[in-house]
Amino acid sequence: MERTEAELIAAVLKGDAASFEPLVQKYSPRVFATARRYARRDSEVEDIAQEVWLKAFDKLKSFRGEAPFEHWLMRMTVRTCYDFLRGHQRNRESSFSELSEPENDWLERFVTAPEAASDNADAAKLLIGRVMEKLSPSARLVITLLEIEDRSVKEIARLTGWSVPLVKVRAFRARAEMRKILAKMTKDKYL
Amino acid sequence: MNLAELQKKLIAVARTEVLDDRVPYAFEKRVSALLASRVAPQNLDLWVRGLWRSAISCVAVAMLCGAWTFFTPATSASSDDLSQNLETTLLSSVDQNDQAP
Repeated sequence: MERTEAELIAAVLKGDAASFEPLVQKYSPRVFATARRYARRDSEVEDIAQEVWLKAFDKLKSFRGEAPFEHWLMRMTVRTCYDFLRGHQRNRESSFSELSEPENDWLERFVTAPEAASDNADAAKLLIGRVMEKLSPSARLVITLLEIEDRSVKEIARLTGWSVPLVKVRAFRARAEMRKILAKMTKDKYL
Repeated sequence: MNLAELQKKLIAVARTEVLDDRVPYAFEKRVSALLASRVAPQNLDLWVRGLWRSAISCVAVAMLCGAWTFFTPATSASSDDLSQNLETTLLSSVDQNDQAP
């Protein structure tokens, strides 16, 4: 008979580390999907996921069971991703001169006819990826959670551990920062 | 160029991206192995921590005893001299042998 999540957690807390494996198996897809939003290389994504699970194991005592385990785990995942972003800021200073040809084409198409530039073009995906990499860690986190994942401010506050006013301030700054990066990108290209 | 429009467009593009939730083969086994390998050093850590604690308490007790003997005023009465009493007790059998005819 398959054990419930609560039973597995209770067993882990009693010292049965093997009971942790079904939890890892069940929730790893979500952890990996989240980690892939913030890290590009497979090795980095795997490192994040591994760290999330090690932290989850170490801090399992702090899980009170009031909210679903998945929520608790996602909070830990988001915070680990944020730590990862803060630790990997060195790539943010590169210029936009190295835009690929498809990216340049998409930008040109946008300049001439904004509505004609398609939403799901691969070039546009590369471009937004590049812009996201240039954002500061907090700005990237807020833009991802608020704009891309469409989460509420309250939800972001819960996930990040920031206060609601802080999320709002950071969201405002993040949008401004993104516009600044876009301005620089288009200036590099068109001026 | 309309930057706000460009921003909106790029965010809309990012929203269309399908999340890749693939998990590397046997990832959960790797995590389990890692956790198992961490349990042994943790036990060792407990021992080391316990030994350090006991060593610190021993040093503390020794220092307290040292301070107590150092600061306690020495009594002049020979009957209270512990070392003298100990010596007399230990050598009492030898003294008896000497006194015997």
